[in-house]
Amino acid sequence: MKLHEYQSKRIFAQYGVPIPPGKVATTPDEVEAIAREFGDPVAVKAQVLVGGRGKAGGIKLARTPEEAREVADRILNMTIKGLPVKKVLVDPAVDIQQEIYLGITNDRTAKRPVLMASSEGGVDIEEVARRSPEKIAKVHIHPLLGLQSYQVRDIALRINLPREYWRAFTQVAMGLWKAYQANDATLAEINPLVITGDGQLLALDGKMIIDDNALFRHPDLAEMQDLSAEDPMELEARKYGLSYIKLDGEIGCMVNGAGLAMATMDIIKLFGGEPANFLDIGGGANAEKVAAAFRIILSDPKVKAVLINIFGGITRGDEVARGILQAMEEVKPQVPMVVRLVGTNAEEGLRLLQNAAMETAETLVEAARKAVALAKGGAA
Amino acid sequence: MSILIGKDTRLLVQGITGREGRFHTERMVEYGTNVVAGVTPGKGGAWVLDRIPVFDTVAAAVEATGANTSVIFVPARFAADAILEAADAGIELIVAITEGIPVQDMMKVTTYLQEKGTTLVGPNCPGLLTPGQAKVGIIPGNIAIPGNVGVVSRSGTLTYEVVYAMKHRGLGVSTTVGIGGDPIKGLDFIDVLRMFEEDPDTEAVVLIGEIGGSSEEQAAAFIAEHMTKPVVGFIAGQTAPPGKRMGHAGAIIEGGEGTAAEKIKALKAAGVRVARHPEEIADILVDILKK
Repeated sequence: MKLHEYQSKRIFAQYGVPIPPGKVATTPDEVEAIAREFGDPVAVKAQVLVGGRGKAGGIKLARTPEEAREVADRILNMTIKGLPVKKVLVDPAVDIQQEIYLGITNDRTAKRPVLMASSEGGVDIEEVARRSPEKIAKVHIHPLLGLQSYQVRDIALRINLPREYWRAFTQVAMGLWKAYQANDATLAEINPLVITGDGQLLALDGKMIIDDNALFRHPDLAEMQDLSAEDPMELEARKYGLSYIKLDGEIGCMVNGAGLAMATMDIIKLFGGEPANFLDIGGGANAEKVAAAFRIILSDPKVKAVLINIFGGITRGDEVARGILQAMEEVKPQVPMVVRLVGTNAEEGLRLLQNAAMETAETLVEAARKAVALAKGGAA
Repeated sequence: MSILIGKDTRLLVQGITGREGRFHTERMVEYGTNVVAGVTPGKGGAWVLDRIPVFDTVAAAVEATGANTSVIFVPARFAADAILEAADAGIELIVAITEGIPVQDMMKVTTYLQEKGTTLVGPNCPGLLTPGQAKVGIIPGNIAIPGNVGVVSRSGTLTYEVVYAMKHRGLGVSTTVGIGGDPIKGLDFIDVLRMFEEDPDTEAVVLIGEIGGSSEEQAAAFIAEHMTKPVVGFIAGQTAPPGKRMGHAGAIIEGGEGTAAEKIKALKAAGVRVARHPEEIADILVDILKK
């Protein structure tokens, strides 16, 4: 679960990271009032859950409250990468001497969190990572001991941070680590962490991603979730415990298991078709879940054929067949279908589907070939 | 011979009285796995299938039965505790089936287990199957036959598809290891490849990967350097849309984007024959093993 900039920064502040005293607004009037209150130039920043806001024009400086109102009016009417801007953060503008990158994430290979910093922070940090990886200093954090002060000093030295900032930098890095750990984050990032004209360190931007699997122990964070960035059908699918991602093709897919679902999409493409979606019904799906999956697939008007590929382990073929029959009653699909059931209770499932109007297949290759032919309007 | 599990496995089931635990204990026993004990805190003294004793703690179960392997069906929020309990009781191999364990829990667990020298498979994995000897986890037993091909995979049902296609061509499996799909896990491809390379009864290896992370690229480097046995590969997710990215830090730490194309390229460069679809793996194996 991603958090907005303003949410991330407020969490960082709870752990001692200095942030600007910004306020959130939803209308140009509010923005003007906030700018007047601050009395100085302000930065008006779109709060959307995608990267590249600045480059898209979603972050603007305003010298006067009137100008703040104007830019807010523009930003609040913007759509950035498909997401409408509903909120802006208004921060007092800052005199920036240097931009530093500071982030913590999980390193899969080391199986530990890793703290990363660079003296060349700002919008092009990924470019820096690609072009000159030596400019990114990294240190792994022992999950049971936590981040140690000497590790932060080591990083400070490696990014050539002047010594007068080491104490403040340690406070920021320790704060970021505590925020990361206490909130079950998979990412906590400050980019940029700036050195201001009067010699302070300040987190100008903040980003946090929280581990969805840990939300059960963070009800406060779960409440912060902004679902407006999510596709409505994907949300609907999640309610039933399904993972669904819409694509652009014409063959709807229903599969158990993410790997097999991807392999099924790939084989459709290999035989000349295009998958309409990724859909994993998960392990042990019951008839109700299967019926929901079926409705979601068929809600996409582009779908010209459906391929159902179930390899029963925990999932039982007869349950899947019952779900399909139940959904066919409700939805009355007009598109042809190919079903392949293997594994646990597959024979019984196929028997249940005997009288339904659908093709069956023994192997994945055969199923994919049939689905592609049917989607193109031919015979299976 | 086989790797990790076989006739010597003395299995303990943690979470044995839960729905999943009980169901799969029956399947494992049917298959011939030597299930010696179960653990569910608060249910010590009970019996499962009239012959498997249930204990309150892993330490008590190990003391009474000499269990050396544990399989975890405990719900996600209690799973880290269950894994640590097994490690502290001296279990040598822990197989965590549970899905949805918080990633920071897993970082603590893997660090502790590494320092203790305990082997972990998973979490969020289907477990292991050594056909004809033992099955630990949820892989359907009847889809594979004994043989000399080692299988290692990040995916569950896709593995079933592959070993089932192999069975149809008369190809058997030495051991199949589902390492699981979570970002932080126990054994990775490289660890299992090393075991197959050393296993005298494994003649060829199948590696089933998917998009994301860089385990397949690391496996490719290992294969080029250390493997003498032929490896057949498959990567799922060639048509998957670019994943939901983890901010800048994700891209920085992972290096590449972890796409199927990058992984396939790395494997091919290491001399791995990469199949275009799951059934083709069996075709390639037939070709390799007849030589």
